[in-house]
Amino acid sequence: MTYREALKQGIREALHADGRVFLIGEDVGRYGGAFAVSKGLLQEFGEDRIMDVPLSESGFVGAGIGAAIAGMKPIVELMTVNFSLLAMDQIVNNAATLLHMSGGQINVPVVIRIGCGIGRQLAAQHSHSWEPLFAHIPGLIVLSVGTHEDARYMLAEALKSPDPVIVFEYTSMLNSEKEIPANITQVDISKTKVRRVGKDISLITYGTGVYKCMDAANELAAMGIDVEVVDLRVLRPLDEETILASVSKTHRALIVEDAWKSVSISSEISARIMEKIFYDLDAPVLRLSGVEVPIPYPVHLEEASVPQKNDIINAVKKILNHD
Amino acid sequence: MNAEEGHHLLYQMQLIRRFEEKSAEQYTKAKIRGFLHLYIGEEAVAVGVIQSLADEDKILSTYREHGHAIARGVDTKKIMAEMYGKQEGCSLGRGGSMHFFDTKKNFYGGNAIVSGHLPMAVGMALASKKQNKKNITCCFFGEGAAAEGEFHEAMNLAALWQVPLLMVCENNQYAMGTALKYTHSILELEKKGMAYGIDTVAVDGMDLNAVINAANKAVAKIKETGKPYFLVCNTYRFRAHSMFDAELYRDKGEVEEWKKRDPITTFKKYLLLEKLTTEQELSIIETRIESEVQEAVDFAEVGTWEPIENLTKFVYSQ
Repeated sequence: MTYREALKQGIREALHADGRVFLIGEDVGRYGGAFAVSKGLLQEFGEDRIMDVPLSESGFVGAGIGAAIAGMKPIVELMTVNFSLLAMDQIVNNAATLLHMSGGQINVPVVIRIGCGIGRQLAAQHSHSWEPLFAHIPGLIVLSVGTHEDARYMLAEALKSPDPVIVFEYTSMLNSEKEIPANITQVDISKTKVRRVGKDISLITYGTGVYKCMDAANELAAMGIDVEVVDLRVLRPLDEETILASVSKTHRALIVEDAWKSVSISSEISARIMEKIFYDLDAPVLRLSGVEVPIPYPVHLEEASVPQKNDIINAVKKILNHD
Repeated sequence: MNAEEGHHLLYQMQLIRRFEEKSAEQYTKAKIRGFLHLYIGEEAVAVGVIQSLADEDKILSTYREHGHAIARGVDTKKIMAEMYGKQEGCSLGRGGSMHFFDTKKNFYGGNAIVSGHLPMAVGMALASKKQNKKNITCCFFGEGAAAEGEFHEAMNLAALWQVPLLMVCENNQYAMGTALKYTHSILELEKKGMAYGIDTVAVDGMDLNAVINAANKAVAKIKETGKPYFLVCNTYRFRAHSMFDAELYRDKGEVEEWKKRDPITTFKKYLLLEKLTTEQELSIIETRIESEVQEAVDFAEVGTWEPIENLTKFVYSQ
């Protein structure tokens, strides 16, 4: 199944399961979704459940928040993370704030799906990895869909949350095919997932980093290096317990992300490792992050902007040669 | 209007006025901190519009929302306690003057991002439509908000989706300290509603009867058609924008001119002229308000502070 189809099945299932659920976003209906994720859903569910909107990001995200407050279960789609900035007022000042500011009176159970990431030559205003901007905000739950099983099953859990959930989906992964194991029909969005168990080093990552790290781990295994791959999956609130348990076991950590390095998810995790389990480390924590540039259009520059499999392999070797 | 209704409306306007004066006093005593935006002069708008709403109708408001909350019937004791920052306040003391919430009264803030609540109001009205509920949503905002992009997005969405939403623009002539003519290319704000194909009326917001008539018609129309409605109430704030405002941007003479149209004075005259009240009855109302406001202060004074251990409570649901 493709990542796109997994996302679509997740949305479809949610629409069937609960009449309060509706999908709202730019071109989700008649166009079939900018990236064809919701293709056919308008025909199946009708225009009350699949709502095309004008190009008014703040307006329709805010409307989704209002509808959620008033008892609906909206799934709001933002075409790319760059456009999400136009709705940042609604997400931060309202969705993330109202429960606390109202003294616990107002829940905002909205789910906002954001197309995100690098790798389709869409240049600097359509491709970034801005999960850290959102993970900075208390009150939000921030998820990153790094695998096909999460693409298929995360949404159902996100819709159960009484609090606002931001779901990052990666446009570069939409066409990728993977089998989803038949025994998986549910995922736990409060928990980080160890995707591969190993003893020599923890590769901590999320989003597009997950499969890259799995591939790197397989090649490293052939060299006799046993890598653990930790898919963060939930970027806020962090599942610190799982992260720290992995590093305490392997004594080494490499954090891999596409996001810009400064003030990022990797900065946060690195700091927490230092604060909580410094004496468990056999080597300094290293980070591989996005180069701090607006993402350029040509493919060679775009690829050079984010960590690739070989960068990961080289960094692992470097850490293991530390002692 | 009968005498009882007239008295209740006057009572509400005067309660707002007196409550605001007392709030200013408490501010100068440092009992209330942060920003304090007084509604004095604009009382006819909140009272005139909110009397047209049913209990199940939802209200969203701005950071100058004391009048709306009081007219809605949010307990004045809880409001004063909120401004004191006490946990007996209507938002647990966490919001202060700009962030009153009382969902039991269908009062949804208290939003201090100018125009930030307008998209939410559209969404709440959309939910009512989707749920086949009969209630409407009423959203108050100032003319400053009408310059924000979110206003235009919200108006377009409301008209496009045909949702039961009353958009009430309180044009008090100044966005903080900048006059309407320096912020809007068109001074007749009602034209902005027409641009979106929304039924629109502009009304003298200093005249309670005019606001009542306009609001009643608007609400009846929304309930009949399920469509949005734009009501512009032209009004004036007699006091400074906030307690930090030296009012360098307007003449004292202009303020005095508007004060001649004080909505409370006007309405009292109307009640007397129509023989709906007597001087004696007016005096009884004032006494009643005086004690209610004092009770609010007393309640806030003996209120308690939320324990620091609770600081992060409600960042997420429990």
